[in-house]
Formats: sequence, C-alpha cells, structure tokens
Amino acid sequence: MRGNPEAHELVAPGSLDAVLDLLAKEPNVWTPIAGGTELMVAHAAGRLAAPKLVSLWDIDELRFIQTSTNEVSIGAGSTFLDLRANAMIAAEFPLLARAASWIGSIANQSRATLGGNLVNGSPAADSSPALLVYEAEVEIISVRGRRRIPYCAFHTGYKKNVLAPDELLLAVHVPGRFGQHRQYLRKVGTRRAMAISKVVLAGTALVSGGTVDEIRLAAASLAPYPTRLPATESALQGKTLDDAAACTARTALLNEAKPIDDLRSTAAYRSQVAANLLDEFLSQLHGEARTK
Amino acid sequence: MSPHATIRFTVNGKELEVTPPPMKRLLDVLREDLGLTGTKEGCGEGECGSCSVRMNGDLVNSCMVPVLQVSGATVETVEGLAREDEMHPLQKAFLECGGAQCGICTPGMLMAATHLLRHTPRPTMAEIREGLAGNLCRCTGFIRIFESVVAASTTENETESLQDSHAR
Repeated sequence: MRGNPEAHELVAPGSLDAVLDLLAKEPNVWTPIAGGTELMVAHAAGRLAAPKLVSLWDIDELRFIQTSTNEVSIGAGSTFLDLRANAMIAAEFPLLARAASWIGSIANQSRATLGGNLVNGSPAADSSPALLVYEAEVEIISVRGRRRIPYCAFHTGYKKNVLAPDELLLAVHVPGRFGQHRQYLRKVGTRRAMAISKVVLAGTALVSGGTVDEIRLAAASLAPYPTRLPATESALQGKTLDDAAACTARTALLNEAKPIDDLRSTAAYRSQVAANLLDEFLSQLHGEARTK
Repeated sequence: MSPHATIRFTVNGKELEVTPPPMKRLLDVLREDLGLTGTKEGCGEGECGSCSVRMNGDLVNSCMVPVLQVSGATVETVEGLAREDEMHPLQKAFLECGGAQCGICTPGMLMAATHLLRHTPRPTMAEIREGLAGNLCRCTGFIRIFESVVAASTTENETESLQDSHAR
C-alpha cells in the first residue's frame, strides 16, 4: 500500500529551541525527521505510524563538526557526506570516515545524518561499531538541559534508546586518544555499495612486545543493537598475541555473539564471519607486532 | 487531514510556488504538481537512484525528501540539463555510447553523472563507479553507462560546455 501524505502532519520550526519547545509541550506526539532516509521509506510503503512529524533538516545548530584539543564534536544533524568531506576526521578518525563511505550511495550520504543513524538504532547501523571502539559519548538536549553519556549506554534494546520523549540527540563527541592505537573496521554485506551489512566488526588496540595492552572490539548485527564485545576483549586483555590467545578469543566471541536469522543472513553465518574478522584483526596485530 | 503548506523553491532556474501536503514526496511534487515527469520512480526507497535530482548542490533521491524540506531550496532535474535544443554533453554521450536503453534509470544516471562531473571533471573509472553506485540499471550492464561518462568527460569541447552549464 502506498503512503498517503495527507495522513501526516509535518512542521519545520526552523530552530533547535523551537523544536525542543514543541517536544516539551507535546511529548510523545511529534516524531523528529532529519534527512528522511529511514522514515520516508516507511512512508512510501504506507507503514509510517507517526501522524505528526517535526523536521530537523536545515537546523544549523545540529549540523557542525568542531575540533578541540582532545576530541571532535559532531552535530547529530551532520550528514555522512559532511563526515567524509572533513579532512580532520579522515586523518584522525579513519574508521568513522570509512564507515560514512559505506552508508548507501552518495545520494543517501547527502541526506542521512549521524544522529538519525544512532537514534534509528538498527542492529546493523554502519556508524556504530566505529563510535563504540573510539569510546564516543553522546550529548542529549531538551528544554530541561543537556546531559552527556557514553554512547555504549545509549541503546537499551532493539530500536530502543535512553532518549526521553522531550529529548533530542544533539551531538556525538569522539575522543582523540586512539591515535596511537591499531585500528580495524570491516563490513561484510551482499555487495560493496548500497548493501546493509550482514556483520561489521571494529577494533582499536595497543600492542607492545607482542602483548595486548588495550583492546576494544565492537560489532553490528551480532545483537539487538550495536555493542561492544566485553567478554572477547577480556579474553585478549594482557595476553600475548599467539595462536592460543586467538583461539580463546574466537571461542569468547562465538559465545558472546547473539545474532539472528533474518532476510539478509543467518545467525550461523554471522557468527562464523565475525569470528573470521576477529582472526583477521588479530593476525594484523600479530604481524605488526612481529615486524616492530 | 494535514493542512497544505505553501512552499516556494527554484526548479531548473525557475522560482515556483506549490501548496501540497508537507509530507508529499519531492518526486511526486515534481511529477504531479509541476508536470516534470523526467524524474522517474523506481523502488521508492532510496535503493535505485531513478529519482535522483540535485538539491542545493547535493545529489538526493527525491522519493525520500518531504517537500516541506525543499522550501527555499534550488532543485535541478533532468529537464534542466539541455539548453533549448542543445543537448547536455552527457546526454549526447549517453546517446552515442548506448548508455540508455529502456530509459527508466537514465534521468537518474544523468543527474548522478552530472553531479560527479561537477565535482570531478576527469573522474577515474573507480570514481565513476562510486559516483553511480546508487543508480541501478537493468538493461545495459552498466559498462556503456560508464563509457558514456568517460566520453562526456574527455571530449575537449564538451568539457567546456559541461563547465559552462555547471555555472548556471
């Protein structure tokens, strides 16, 4: 069934304050819409449940990329093309730039926003694993004020998050302290362009003398929402990078992963591929450690 | 029933005013309200690129833009490529190289290719493939489309007129 535009109200108050006032005045009534790459698909298919929508597009206060000495702050309304076009992000946060380049096509990247990707909360969200291994924080705003929480605490269930009905995601803050870390990000999908992932694995690690000093791992499509992999990290923390450690880590990941069968892949394939990606990251770390 | 909104924007250099429901898709406003049926609907969900247009200099899928968000914007559609009876260099190249067959993807391909050449006048094959990755064709097997873009970008005279039309 086709969507009926007459069945939906859409307003564009034009400023962040005006949007926040509206959300505070009528909580649970208004659904924010930014670039529309998620909600307009539902709308076209006649399955958009939201009767009243408020536009976040063209609100400058949500669209910025600011660098300070120890972090980059990215407005939630920044598009993935904004991220790709930013030389500092390309240089200092390569995983984020690479993830942005995976999002659909150029036409999708010019409209899809970082905030939309996170608030939509798909288990397969492309930008999430990179943000998780960089230990990003998210800043949330409402008429009541602002709060800042670790991004890893943002999602609470399948397509659920901590946002109260009057709150908006304002910005994502990514700390710059991972510059010296070895970094890994790989997406496996049906084809290179325009494909939603079957599985994504990201990692950042510090290795010295063949020993893992620090490691962070995160995945998409292994759980109801993008997550860190704490058990797999623990299996590697402080260990010498050898075959035994890789084997233990692989077992930990297979125990920790909770993928599902769906239209894009199967749970068994996702687990197997995630474990193989981990092997790849660890063998890269091992190779680099050996050549040092 | 939602109140209709009065929306002013510029399409192919012409300032227009429409009063559709604000959630109406830009694609449908172009085709139904403005009679600009060059822009096609393929999938209606941002996967195929048939409805590609440029909006404030960005390539977008017009099936995913609620028309309210076009207020004050500048939109370029395939109808704006040719100048009177002079085809755009990309249109000529698509004709000459067999880049168009059934034609449903062609307006979107032309807009994505226009967008690409505006940023990258001499693209590599990899850049062409990425620039058109969001546009699906079920006739040509893509190679002739890529060759058309190469042809448009390498013809000396046509490069000039490409840049000329870019300035508009």
